[in-house]
Amino acid sequence: MNRKIITALLLTSGLALAGCASKPKELPPQPSGATTTTTTPPPPVSQPTGPVPGSQADFLASVLGDTILFDTDRYNIDSEDQGILQSQAQWLGRYPGKRVTIEGHCDERGTRDYNLALGERRANAAKNYLVSLGIDASRITTVSYGKERPVALGSDEASWAKNRRAVTITVQ
Amino acid sequence: MKPAFAAFLTSLALAALAVPVSAQQAAPAKPDPAPTASASAAAPADDGLTGSVTDDSAWQDLGIAIPTFPTNAMVPTAADGGNTEALGRNLARVIYGDLKNNGLFKPVGPDALPAISYGEVAAPAFPNWRARSAEMLVQGFVKAGADGRLTVGCYLYDVALGSELARQGYVVKPEEWRRAAHKCADMVYSRLSGESPFFDSKIAYIAETGPKDHRRKQLAIMDSDGANHRFITNGQATALTPRYSPDYSKIAYLSFLNGTPRIYVYDIGTGQQRLVTEGKGPTFAPRWSPDGKYILYSMAIAGNTDIYRVPATGGESVRLTDTPGINVGGSYSPDGSKIVFESDRSGSQQIYVMNADGTNQKRISFFGGRSATPEWSPRGDQIAFTHIAGNLRIAVMNPSGGEMRYLTDSWQDEAPTWSPNGRIVQFFRTAKTSGKTSIWQVDLTGRNERRLNTPVDASDPAWGPVLP
Repeated sequence: MNRKIITALLLTSGLALAGCASKPKELPPQPSGATTTTTTPPPPVSQPTGPVPGSQADFLASVLGDTILFDTDRYNIDSEDQGILQSQAQWLGRYPGKRVTIEGHCDERGTRDYNLALGERRANAAKNYLVSLGIDASRITTVSYGKERPVALGSDEASWAKNRRAVTITVQ
Repeated sequence: MKPAFAAFLTSLALAALAVPVSAQQAAPAKPDPAPTASASAAAPADDGLTGSVTDDSAWQDLGIAIPTFPTNAMVPTAADGGNTEALGRNLARVIYGDLKNNGLFKPVGPDALPAISYGEVAAPAFPNWRARSAEMLVQGFVKAGADGRLTVGCYLYDVALGSELARQGYVVKPEEWRRAAHKCADMVYSRLSGESPFFDSKIAYIAETGPKDHRRKQLAIMDSDGANHRFITNGQATALTPRYSPDYSKIAYLSFLNGTPRIYVYDIGTGQQRLVTEGKGPTFAPRWSPDGKYILYSMAIAGNTDIYRVPATGGESVRLTDTPGINVGGSYSPDGSKIVFESDRSGSQQIYVMNADGTNQKRISFFGGRSATPEWSPRGDQIAFTHIAGNLRIAVMNPSGGEMRYLTDSWQDEAPTWSPNGRIVQFFRTAKTSGKTSIWQVDLTGRNERRLNTPVDASDPAWGPVLP
């Protein structure tokens, strides 16, 4: 499972980042089966002064956010989303060899099949905006998790708002 | 006594029931005697006992006594119980469970009844049963053949009339003993309700474990009463939305096996699976045609989702919908001529009907809120769906979108699937906050709702047809 490895990397690099970046960024949800608690950060030897240029940690430190949020049943990119995606596009412009995956997600208050389709539509909306900013479409893949991977676990409006999202993850 | 018995056994009509339940038992079916008589053959001309289950108030208190099925000789068997005598009690218990759980009858099982002798099976002691206020009586026997196969006889008697209403016999392999009990329960249910049978059928579903943000989802199967439970996938990749092929040989389901959601067709006999299509986009919402020849799937291309049809054996896909937005799901009418599906082309999820070739697409849901996951009843007269207006609830309507009514009222009920006879709707319920899921079923009156026993949390039920 490549994803597991990637997520494990994200977790550890995210943890290391928390020490030097201004604020910790939201981490993508983990695939089932990945172990969560990493109390031991990676050896500091490999972490000089900042994140490795072009790394996921560097991406998270450089962009306004890796996540954009959507209203119920919507997939439009609003002005706040545009700002976040523009910062992602700038980073992608700096590292033309890098590729990203955009994950589309939904809240729990919908039916499963439709949410898979809606997550795909949200991920594509984010992708299309990045492409409109000049990023080559071949550098962006999308995947929908529907309502399968919530980040906020409550059954309330605040949690659902956080779960209706598209998350950009660099492919390392 | 003995000679009379021999005569009785030869007169017993043996329904052919030797089809392997699962394809991994490759043993060829022994050619059993053709079904020469069915329930109707022995039924007296009496129409006082038929009627629709929707008009069931009169049925609520119908007492049915089901004593242990005696055996001619207690011999070891591989079936549950270890010997034919213990098996006879287990058979009666399964029949009792089937009849009790559909809410129409008030059966009394073998654990609360005196034993009967082998000779009584075909000659009930009616006065004794009248004294117990039993209105109906289900008796039967079990005997083991030299090859280990079991013969199970099943009789339904009207105690008040003192007459036999129906009888059937089944020959099964020991590991299929429950099927004989389900067939017997089906005979009783059909004769007393006038409806088609449904107990001898199976359900595919998703078994869920773990916390809300790390849900482990495995493909699993079980009999209609929850027995013979088996996990098909190990849960390493999230599995969703299974659908049995009509002949139970395959299951189409969604898996995140290689990171993206794709439909796989899993062959139960071989354990092999293949992608439903080599198409580029993610695929979801698999559905079989009633004849098993085609699979519908939904595929997203550049954020736009449409419904496609592909031969079940593979081959060229045909796109059936072609509007901007999300077109998803699909459920064939029983005759295969139409498909009911879901689309948000109007701005929100609504239900549409089209011809099986994709022509003449028409919206049928106008209830306010959103309408999703339509499933056509095997009887053809109803469409079950999920209505979303705040809460998610299971509802039914007729195929033109009229006579909508709710069957459930909970925080989140979704994804209805029909019993083979179109009288019961199964669905899954999600608990607020915890996200825990469970499978429930409700009859068309909406009154008899119950939770199914599953080893772990459960969602996405898909009920298959009655086994051959």
